[in-house]
Amino acid sequence: MADEEDIILSELEDEELTLQMHDDLYDGLKEEIEEAVNILLARGWTPYDVLTKALVAGMTIVGIDFRDGILFVPEVLLAANAMKGGMGILKPLLAETGAAPVGKMVIGTVKGDIHDIGKNLVAMMMEGAGFEVTDLGINNSVEKYLDALENEKADILGMSALLTTTMPYMKVVIDTLTEKNIRNDFIVLVGGAPLNEEFSKAIGADAYCRDAAVAVETAKEFMARKHNQAAPQ
Amino acid sequence: MTQLSDNDLTQNGLSATGDNGRVMVIACGALAREILALTDANDWGHIHLTCLPAILHNHPDKICDAVEQAVAKHRPNYGTIYVAYADCGTGGQLARLCDDLGVEMIKGPHCYSFYEGNEGFAQRASDEIDAFYLTDFLVRQFDAFVFKPLGLDRHPELRDMYFGNYRKLVYQAQTDDPRLDEKARDCADRLGLAYERRATGYGDLETTLSGWADTNPPR
Repeated sequence: MADEEDIILSELEDEELTLQMHDDLYDGLKEEIEEAVNILLARGWTPYDVLTKALVAGMTIVGIDFRDGILFVPEVLLAANAMKGGMGILKPLLAETGAAPVGKMVIGTVKGDIHDIGKNLVAMMMEGAGFEVTDLGINNSVEKYLDALENEKADILGMSALLTTTMPYMKVVIDTLTEKNIRNDFIVLVGGAPLNEEFSKAIGADAYCRDAAVAVETAKEFMARKHNQAAPQ
Repeated sequence: MTQLSDNDLTQNGLSATGDNGRVMVIACGALAREILALTDANDWGHIHLTCLPAILHNHPDKICDAVEQAVAKHRPNYGTIYVAYADCGTGGQLARLCDDLGVEMIKGPHCYSFYEGNEGFAQRASDEIDAFYLTDFLVRQFDAFVFKPLGLDRHPELRDMYFGNYRKLVYQAQTDDPRLDEKARDCADRLGLAYERRATGYGDLETTLSGWADTNPPR
Protein backbone atom coordinates (compact mmCIF):
# COMPACT_ATOMS: atom_id res chain seq x y z
CA MET A 1 0.00 0.00 0.00
CA ALA A 2 2.77 2.45 0.91
CA ASP A 3 5.03 4.01 -1.70
CA GLU A 4 8.51 2.52 -1.81
CA GLU A 5 10.27 5.90 -1.87
CA ASP A 6 11.80 7.04 1.41
CA ILE A 7 9.40 9.04 3.50
CA ILE A 8 10.69 11.15 6.37
CA LEU A 9 7.90 10.83 8.89
CA SER A 10 8.96 13.84 10.91
CA GLU A 11 8.62 16.06 7.84
CA LEU A 12 4.96 15.18 7.28
CA GLU A 13 2.13 17.43 8.42
CA ASP A 14 -0.14 15.92 11.06
CA GLU A 15 -2.86 14.87 8.64
CA GLU A 16 -0.40 13.35 6.19
CA LEU A 17 1.42 11.61 8.99
CA THR A 18 -1.80 10.10 10.28
CA LEU A 19 -2.63 8.77 6.83
CA GLN A 20 0.92 7.46 6.51
CA MET A 21 0.44 5.66 9.82
CA HIS A 22 -2.67 4.01 8.44
CA ASP A 23 -0.56 2.82 5.48
CA ASP A 24 2.25 1.68 7.76
CA LEU A 25 -0.15 -0.25 9.96
CA TYR A 26 -1.60 -1.87 6.85
CA ASP A 27 1.92 -2.86 5.85
CA GLY A 28 2.81 -4.05 9.35
CA LEU A 29 5.71 -1.65 9.84
CA LYS A 30 6.21 -1.67 13.59
CA GLU A 31 9.26 0.58 13.82
CA GLU A 32 7.65 3.24 11.63
CA ILE A 33 4.51 3.16 13.78
CA GLU A 34 6.52 3.56 16.96
CA GLU A 35 8.44 6.47 15.44
CA ALA A 36 5.25 8.18 14.27
CA VAL A 37 3.56 7.75 17.65
CA ASN A 38 6.51 9.48 19.30
CA ILE A 39 6.41 12.27 16.71
CA LEU A 40 2.72 12.98 17.31
CA LEU A 41 3.20 12.92 21.07
CA ALA A 42 6.10 15.34 20.74
CA ARG A 43 3.84 17.63 18.72
CA GLY A 44 1.45 17.78 21.64
CA TRP A 45 -1.14 15.22 20.58
CA THR A 46 -2.88 13.55 23.48
CA PRO A 47 -2.24 9.82 23.84
CA TYR A 48 -5.98 9.28 23.34
CA ASP A 49 -5.97 11.09 19.99
CA VAL A 50 -2.92 9.18 18.78
CA LEU A 51 -4.60 5.96 19.78
CA THR A 52 -7.97 6.61 18.20
CA LYS A 53 -7.14 8.76 15.15
CA ALA A 54 -3.95 7.00 14.09
CA LEU A 55 -3.85 3.45 15.46
CA VAL A 56 -7.47 2.40 15.91
CA ALA A 57 -8.55 4.12 12.70
CA GLY A 58 -5.72 2.34 10.86
CA MET A 59 -6.58 -1.05 12.33
CA THR A 60 -10.22 -0.50 11.41
CA ILE A 61 -9.19 -0.34 7.75
CA VAL A 62 -7.20 -3.55 8.24
CA GLY A 63 -10.23 -5.18 9.87
CA ILE A 64 -12.54 -4.18 7.03
CA ASP A 65 -10.17 -5.51 4.38
CA PHE A 66 -9.76 -8.75 6.34
CA ARG A 67 -13.53 -9.16 6.50
CA ASP A 68 -13.79 -8.47 2.76
CA GLY A 69 -11.14 -11.05 1.89
CA ILE A 70 -8.57 -8.49 0.71
CA LEU A 71 -6.18 -9.13 3.59
CA PHE A 72 -5.44 -12.48 5.18
CA VAL A 73 -4.36 -13.65 8.61
CA PRO A 74 -0.59 -13.12 8.13
CA GLU A 75 -1.08 -9.49 7.11
CA VAL A 76 -3.48 -8.87 9.98
CA LEU A 77 -0.96 -10.32 12.41
CA LEU A 78 1.78 -8.07 11.08
CA ALA A 79 -0.53 -5.07 11.38
CA ALA A 80 -1.48 -6.10 14.91
CA ASN A 81 2.16 -6.43 15.80
CA ALA A 82 2.79 -2.90 14.54
CA MET A 83 -0.18 -1.58 16.51
CA LYS A 84 1.10 -3.39 19.57
CA GLY A 85 4.34 -1.42 19.22
CA GLY A 86 2.41 1.84 19.24
CA MET A 87 0.19 0.72 22.09
CA GLY A 88 3.27 -0.12 24.13
CA ILE A 89 4.22 3.56 24.07
CA LEU A 90 0.70 4.85 24.65
CA LYS A 91 -0.56 2.55 27.38
CA PRO A 92 1.46 3.97 30.29
CA LEU A 93 0.57 7.50 29.15
CA LEU A 94 -3.12 6.65 28.92
CA ALA A 95 -2.98 5.15 32.40
CA GLU A 96 -1.48 8.39 33.74
CA THR A 97 -4.47 10.38 32.47
CA GLY A 98 -6.66 8.47 34.93
CA ALA A 99 -9.56 8.39 32.46
CA ALA A 100 -12.23 5.86 33.42
CA PRO A 101 -12.34 2.86 31.10
CA VAL A 102 -15.37 2.34 28.85
CA GLY A 103 -15.76 -0.99 30.61
CA LYS A 104 -13.79 -3.87 32.05
CA MET A 105 -13.32 -7.14 30.23
CA VAL A 106 -11.90 -10.48 31.26
CA ILE A 107 -10.91 -12.52 28.23
CA GLY A 108 -9.33 -15.93 27.70
CA THR A 109 -9.22 -19.06 25.58
CA VAL A 110 -11.17 -21.95 27.10
CA LYS A 111 -9.82 -25.02 28.82
CA GLY A 112 -8.14 -27.52 26.51
CA ASP A 113 -7.43 -24.92 23.85
CA ILE A 114 -4.14 -23.16 23.20
CA HIS A 115 -5.17 -20.96 20.29
CA ASP A 116 -4.88 -17.27 21.02
CA ILE A 117 -4.42 -15.31 17.82
CA GLY A 118 -8.05 -14.17 17.54
CA LYS A 119 -8.32 -13.66 21.26
CA ASN A 120 -5.19 -11.49 21.27
CA LEU A 121 -6.57 -9.37 18.44
CA VAL A 122 -9.83 -8.86 20.31
CA ALA A 123 -7.99 -7.93 23.51
CA MET A 124 -5.87 -5.40 21.66
CA MET A 125 -8.79 -3.80 19.81
CA MET A 126 -10.82 -3.66 23.02
CA GLU A 127 -7.96 -1.84 24.71
CA GLY A 128 -7.76 0.47 21.73
CA ALA A 129 -11.45 1.23 22.18
CA GLY A 130 -10.89 2.26 25.79
CA PHE A 131 -11.76 -0.96 27.63
CA GLU A 132 -9.62 -2.24 30.46
CA VAL A 133 -8.74 -5.79 29.52
CA THR A 134 -7.53 -8.62 31.73
CA ASP A 135 -6.17 -11.29 29.42
CA LEU A 136 -6.10 -14.73 31.06
CA GLY A 137 -4.25 -16.30 28.15
CA ILE A 138 -4.97 -19.87 27.07
CA ASN A 139 -6.42 -23.08 28.56
CA ASN A 140 -8.64 -21.46 31.21
CA SER A 141 -10.75 -23.39 33.67
CA VAL A 142 -14.11 -22.15 34.88
CA GLU A 143 -12.53 -21.33 38.26
CA LYS A 144 -9.96 -19.10 36.61
CA TYR A 145 -12.63 -17.18 34.73
CA LEU A 146 -14.76 -16.76 37.84
CA ASP A 147 -11.87 -15.60 40.01
CA ALA A 148 -10.84 -13.01 37.45
CA LEU A 149 -14.40 -11.73 36.96
CA GLU A 150 -14.73 -11.22 40.70
CA ASN A 151 -11.25 -9.78 41.28
CA GLU A 152 -11.43 -7.37 38.36
CA LYS A 153 -15.08 -6.44 38.93
CA ALA A 154 -15.50 -7.01 35.22
CA ASP A 155 -18.45 -6.02 33.05
CA ILE A 156 -17.68 -8.38 30.20
CA LEU A 157 -16.52 -11.97 29.89
CA GLY A 158 -14.94 -12.88 26.56
CA MET A 159 -14.33 -16.53 25.72
CA SER A 160 -12.55 -17.90 22.68
CA ALA A 161 -12.14 -21.39 21.21
CA LEU A 162 -10.77 -22.63 17.92
CA LEU A 163 -11.69 -26.28 18.22
CA THR A 164 -15.01 -28.05 17.86
CA THR A 165 -13.90 -30.18 20.79
CA THR A 166 -13.23 -27.26 23.14
CA MET A 167 -16.04 -24.84 22.32
CA PRO A 168 -18.61 -26.73 24.48
CA TYR A 169 -16.56 -25.66 27.52
CA MET A 170 -18.04 -22.18 27.09
CA LYS A 171 -21.37 -23.64 28.19
CA VAL A 172 -19.73 -25.07 31.30
CA VAL A 173 -18.59 -21.58 32.24
CA ILE A 174 -21.95 -19.96 31.51
CA ASP A 175 -23.84 -22.69 33.36
CA THR A 176 -21.61 -22.15 36.37
CA LEU A 177 -22.36 -18.42 36.30
CA THR A 178 -26.06 -19.29 36.21
CA GLU A 179 -25.76 -21.77 39.09
CA LYS A 180 -24.09 -19.10 41.18
CA ASN A 181 -26.79 -16.58 40.29
CA ILE A 182 -24.29 -14.18 38.77
CA ARG A 183 -24.96 -14.80 35.07
CA ASN A 184 -26.76 -11.49 34.65
CA ASP A 185 -23.90 -9.58 36.26
CA PHE A 186 -21.82 -10.04 33.12
CA ILE A 187 -22.04 -9.51 29.40
CA VAL A 188 -20.81 -12.77 27.86
CA LEU A 189 -19.27 -12.54 24.40
CA VAL A 190 -17.95 -15.60 22.57
CA GLY A 191 -15.89 -16.07 19.43
CA GLY A 192 -13.70 -18.46 17.47
CA ALA A 193 -13.61 -20.08 14.05
CA PRO A 194 -16.06 -22.98 14.54
CA LEU A 195 -18.61 -20.90 16.46
CA ASN A 196 -21.69 -19.26 15.06
CA GLU A 197 -24.73 -17.28 16.17
CA GLU A 198 -26.78 -20.41 16.73
CA PHE A 199 -24.17 -21.96 19.04
CA SER A 200 -23.87 -18.71 20.97
CA LYS A 201 -27.62 -18.67 21.61
CA ALA A 202 -27.72 -22.36 22.48
CA ILE A 203 -25.13 -21.98 25.24
CA GLY A 204 -26.70 -18.82 26.65
CA ALA A 205 -24.07 -16.25 25.64
CA ASP A 206 -25.13 -12.68 24.98
CA ALA A 207 -23.51 -12.49 21.57
CA TYR A 208 -21.27 -14.22 19.07
CA CYS A 209 -18.55 -11.96 17.66
CA ARG A 210 -17.14 -13.10 14.34
CA ASP A 211 -14.12 -10.80 14.48
CA ALA A 212 -12.36 -8.22 16.63
CA ALA A 213 -14.19 -5.25 15.12
CA VAL A 214 -17.58 -6.86 15.81
CA ALA A 215 -16.45 -7.66 19.35
CA VAL A 216 -15.65 -4.01 20.01
CA GLU A 217 -18.93 -2.75 18.55
CA THR A 218 -20.94 -5.39 20.41
CA ALA A 219 -19.19 -4.62 23.69
CA LYS A 220 -19.86 -0.90 23.27
CA GLU A 221 -23.56 -1.52 22.53
CA PHE A 222 -24.00 -3.74 25.57
CA MET A 223 -22.15 -1.27 27.80
CA ALA A 224 -24.38 1.56 26.54
CA ARG A 225 -27.48 -0.53 27.36
CA LYS A 226 -26.07 -1.32 30.78
CA HIS A 227 -25.48 2.36 31.50
CA ASN A 228 -28.95 3.26 30.24
CA GLN A 229 -30.50 0.66 32.51
CA ALA A 230 -28.50 1.94 35.46
CA ALA A 231 -29.28 5.62 34.81
CA PRO A 232 -31.93 7.27 37.03
CA GLN A 233 -35.28 7.74 35.22
CA MET B 1 -4.30 -47.75 -7.91
CA THR B 2 -5.41 -44.67 -9.86
CA GLN B 3 -2.54 -42.22 -10.39
CA LEU B 4 -3.22 -39.29 -8.13
CA SER B 5 -1.59 -35.91 -7.84
CA ASP B 6 -1.51 -34.38 -4.39
CA ASN B 7 -1.70 -30.90 -5.84
CA ASP B 8 -4.83 -31.89 -7.76
CA LEU B 9 -6.37 -33.43 -4.65
CA THR B 10 -5.64 -30.22 -2.77
CA GLN B 11 -6.98 -27.78 -5.32
CA ASN B 12 -9.54 -29.73 -7.35
CA GLY B 13 -10.39 -32.92 -5.48
CA LEU B 14 -11.05 -36.13 -7.38
CA SER B 15 -13.54 -36.79 -10.17
CA ALA B 16 -15.96 -39.60 -9.45
CA THR B 17 -14.46 -43.05 -10.00
CA GLY B 18 -17.79 -44.11 -11.55
CA ASP B 19 -20.86 -42.36 -12.89
CA ASN B 20 -23.59 -44.51 -11.47
CA GLY B 21 -23.86 -47.42 -9.11
CA ARG B 22 -24.89 -48.47 -5.66
CA VAL B 23 -22.65 -46.56 -3.29
CA MET B 24 -20.92 -43.21 -3.65
CA VAL B 25 -18.54 -41.87 -1.02
CA ILE B 26 -18.07 -38.09 -1.11
CA ALA B 27 -14.81 -37.43 0.69
CA CYS B 28 -12.25 -34.81 1.54
CA GLY B 29 -9.42 -34.90 -1.00
CA ALA B 30 -7.01 -35.50 1.88
CA LEU B 31 -8.54 -38.98 2.27
CA ALA B 32 -8.51 -40.01 -1.39
CA ARG B 33 -5.43 -42.23 -1.35
CA GLU B 34 -6.43 -43.87 1.89
CA ILE B 35 -10.00 -44.63 0.81
CA LEU B 36 -8.83 -45.98 -2.55
CA ALA B 37 -6.24 -48.14 -0.77
CA LEU B 38 -9.01 -49.58 1.39
CA THR B 39 -11.46 -50.17 -1.47
CA ASP B 40 -8.69 -51.83 -3.51
CA ALA B 41 -7.48 -54.00 -0.63
CA ASN B 42 -11.00 -55.15 0.23
CA ASP B 43 -12.42 -55.54 -3.28
CA TRP B 44 -15.08 -52.93 -2.64
CA GLY B 45 -15.34 -52.12 -6.33
CA HIS B 46 -19.01 -51.31 -5.93
CA ILE B 47 -18.10 -48.33 -3.72
CA HIS B 48 -17.29 -45.32 -5.88
CA LEU B 49 -15.39 -42.30 -4.67
CA THR B 50 -15.37 -38.62 -5.43
CA CYS B 51 -13.42 -36.00 -3.48
CA LEU B 52 -13.86 -32.33 -2.79
CA PRO B 53 -10.75 -30.15 -2.83
CA ALA B 54 -8.72 -30.96 0.25
CA ILE B 55 -7.87 -27.29 0.75
CA LEU B 56 -11.42 -26.85 2.14
CA HIS B 57 -9.72 -28.12 5.31
CA ASN B 58 -8.43 -24.55 5.64
CA HIS B 59 -11.88 -23.06 4.95
CA PRO B 60 -14.39 -25.07 7.00
CA ASP B 61 -17.08 -22.47 6.36
CA LYS B 62 -17.16 -23.67 2.74
CA ILE B 63 -17.43 -27.39 3.44
CA CYS B 64 -21.20 -27.63 3.96
CA ASP B 65 -22.13 -25.94 0.69
CA ALA B 66 -19.64 -28.08 -1.23
CA VAL B 67 -20.94 -31.29 0.35
CA GLU B 68 -24.55 -30.31 -0.28
CA GLN B 69 -23.84 -29.66 -3.96
CA ALA B 70 -21.96 -32.94 -4.34
CA VAL B 71 -24.78 -34.92 -2.72
CA ALA B 72 -27.30 -33.26 -5.05
CA LYS B 73 -25.10 -34.05 -8.06
CA HIS B 74 -24.65 -37.76 -7.32
CA ARG B 75 -27.95 -38.61 -5.65
CA PRO B 76 -29.82 -39.34 -8.91
CA ASN B 77 -27.24 -41.95 -9.91
CA TYR B 78 -26.52 -43.74 -6.63
CA GLY B 79 -28.62 -45.76 -4.25
CA THR B 80 -26.65 -44.74 -1.19
CA ILE B 81 -24.36 -41.80 -0.52
CA TYR B 82 -21.90 -41.45 2.35
CA VAL B 83 -19.90 -38.40 3.38
CA ALA B 84 -16.31 -39.09 4.37
CA TYR B 85 -15.81 -36.02 6.48
CA ALA B 86 -15.76 -35.64 10.24
CA ASP B 87 -16.92 -32.35 11.75
CA CYS B 88 -13.77 -30.73 10.36
CA GLY B 89 -14.24 -27.37 12.05
CA THR B 90 -17.83 -26.83 10.91
CA GLY B 91 -19.03 -26.56 14.48
CA GLY B 92 -21.72 -29.22 14.06
CA GLN B 93 -23.13 -27.71 10.87
CA LEU B 94 -21.99 -30.58 8.66
CA ALA B 95 -23.65 -33.11 10.97
CA ARG B 96 -26.90 -31.14 10.83
CA LEU B 97 -26.67 -30.93 7.04
CA CYS B 98 -26.03 -34.67 6.72
CA ASP B 99 -29.00 -35.35 9.00
CA ASP B 100 -31.18 -33.15 6.83
CA LEU B 101 -29.94 -34.85 3.67
CA GLY B 102 -30.32 -38.31 5.18
CA VAL B 103 -26.69 -39.28 4.59
CA GLU B 104 -24.22 -40.75 7.04
CA MET B 105 -20.83 -39.16 7.77
CA ILE B 106 -17.74 -40.19 9.72
CA LYS B 107 -17.97 -39.74 13.48
CA GLY B 108 -15.52 -37.51 15.29
CA PRO B 109 -14.16 -33.98 15.27
CA HIS B 110 -11.58 -34.36 12.49
CA CYS B 111 -9.30 -36.79 10.67
CA TYR B 112 -6.61 -36.52 13.37
CA SER B 113 -9.15 -38.04 15.70
CA PHE B 114 -10.59 -40.82 13.55
CA TYR B 115 -7.17 -41.94 12.32
CA GLU B 116 -6.12 -42.55 15.93
CA GLY B 117 -9.58 -43.86 16.78
CA ASN B 118 -12.05 -41.36 18.18
CA GLU B 119 -12.26 -42.95 21.59
CA GLY B 120 -8.51 -43.08 22.19
CA PHE B 121 -8.00 -39.61 20.77
CA ALA B 122 -10.62 -38.13 23.08
CA GLN B 123 -9.05 -39.83 26.10
CA ARG B 124 -5.65 -38.49 25.20
CA ALA B 125 -6.86 -35.02 24.19
CA SER B 126 -6.55 -33.31 27.55
CA ASP B 127 -2.91 -34.40 27.86
CA GLU B 128 -2.09 -33.32 24.37
CA ILE B 129 -3.57 -29.90 23.85
CA ASP B 130 -0.21 -28.58 22.68
CA ALA B 131 0.20 -31.09 19.85
CA PHE B 132 0.02 -30.10 16.20
CA TYR B 133 -1.04 -33.04 14.02
CA LEU B 134 -0.12 -33.99 10.49
CA THR B 135 -1.32 -36.98 8.48
CA ASP B 136 0.41 -38.60 5.50
CA PHE B 137 -1.40 -36.25 3.16
CA LEU B 138 -0.70 -33.15 5.22
CA VAL B 139 2.98 -34.02 5.47
CA ARG B 140 3.17 -34.24 1.69
CA GLN B 141 1.17 -31.01 1.33
CA PHE B 142 2.66 -29.16 4.30
CA ASP B 143 3.59 -26.07 2.31
CA ALA B 144 0.16 -25.80 0.68
CA PHE B 145 -1.79 -26.31 3.92
CA VAL B 146 0.41 -24.79 6.60
CA PHE B 147 3.51 -22.91 5.62
CA LYS B 148 2.22 -20.75 2.76
CA PRO B 149 -1.34 -20.00 3.97
CA LEU B 150 0.09 -18.84 7.30
CA GLY B 151 2.54 -16.61 5.43
CA LEU B 152 5.57 -18.28 7.00
CA ASP B 153 7.33 -18.38 3.64
CA ARG B 154 7.13 -14.59 3.47
CA HIS B 155 7.16 -13.73 7.17
CA PRO B 156 9.06 -16.34 9.18
CA GLU B 157 8.93 -13.96 12.15
CA LEU B 158 5.25 -14.90 12.57
CA ARG B 159 6.10 -18.48 13.47
CA ASP B 160 6.00 -18.06 17.21
CA MET B 161 2.76 -16.09 17.06
CA TYR B 162 1.15 -19.14 15.47
CA PHE B 163 3.04 -21.96 17.14
CA GLY B 164 4.43 -20.49 20.35
CA ASN B 165 1.86 -22.36 22.44
CA TYR B 166 2.50 -25.69 20.74
CA ARG B 167 5.09 -28.11 22.05
CA LYS B 168 5.25 -30.97 19.57
CA LEU B 169 4.30 -32.05 16.11
CA VAL B 170 2.69 -35.49 15.98
CA TYR B 171 2.93 -37.22 12.63
CA GLN B 172 0.07 -39.69 12.48
CA ALA B 173 1.42 -42.18 9.97
CA GLN B 174 -1.13 -44.03 7.90
CA THR B 175 1.63 -45.84 6.05
CA ASP B 176 5.17 -46.88 6.86
CA ASP B 177 7.20 -44.57 4.65
CA PRO B 178 10.66 -43.43 5.84
CA ARG B 179 10.59 -40.50 3.39
CA LEU B 180 7.41 -39.15 4.95
CA ASP B 181 8.90 -39.67 8.38
CA GLU B 182 11.90 -37.59 7.36
CA LYS B 183 9.71 -34.90 5.81
CA ALA B 184 7.48 -34.77 8.89
CA ARG B 185 10.54 -34.33 11.09
CA ASP B 186 11.62 -31.47 8.85
CA CYS B 187 8.13 -29.90 9.22
CA ALA B 188 8.55 -30.06 13.00
CA ASP B 189 11.96 -28.39 12.74
CA ARG B 190 10.55 -25.63 10.56
CA LEU B 191 7.85 -24.93 13.14
CA GLY B 192 10.29 -25.14 16.05
CA LEU B 193 8.47 -28.11 17.59
CA ALA B 194 9.52 -31.43 19.05
CA TYR B 195 8.74 -34.41 16.84
CA GLU B 196 6.82 -37.61 17.38
CA ARG B 197 5.84 -40.24 14.85
CA ARG B 198 2.74 -42.20 15.73
CA ALA B 199 1.67 -45.13 13.57
CA THR B 200 -2.12 -45.02 13.30
CA GLY B 201 -2.94 -46.91 10.14
CA TYR B 202 -6.40 -46.02 8.91
CA GLY B 203 -8.07 -46.19 12.33
CA ASP B 204 -11.78 -45.42 12.38
CA LEU B 205 -11.69 -44.55 8.68
CA GLU B 206 -11.24 -48.26 8.02
CA THR B 207 -13.90 -49.40 10.49
CA THR B 208 -16.35 -46.81 9.17
CA LEU B 209 -15.81 -47.85 5.56
CA SER B 210 -16.07 -51.52 6.55
CA GLY B 211 -19.39 -50.75 8.17
CA TRP B 212 -20.62 -48.99 5.06
CA ALA B 213 -19.43 -51.92 2.92
CA ASP B 214 -21.18 -54.42 5.22
CA THR B 215 -24.41 -52.45 4.97
CA ASN B 216 -24.08 -52.47 1.18
CA PRO B 217 -22.44 -55.81 0.25
CA PRO B 218 -21.35 -56.42 -3.33
CA ARG B 219 -23.91 -58.35 -5.38
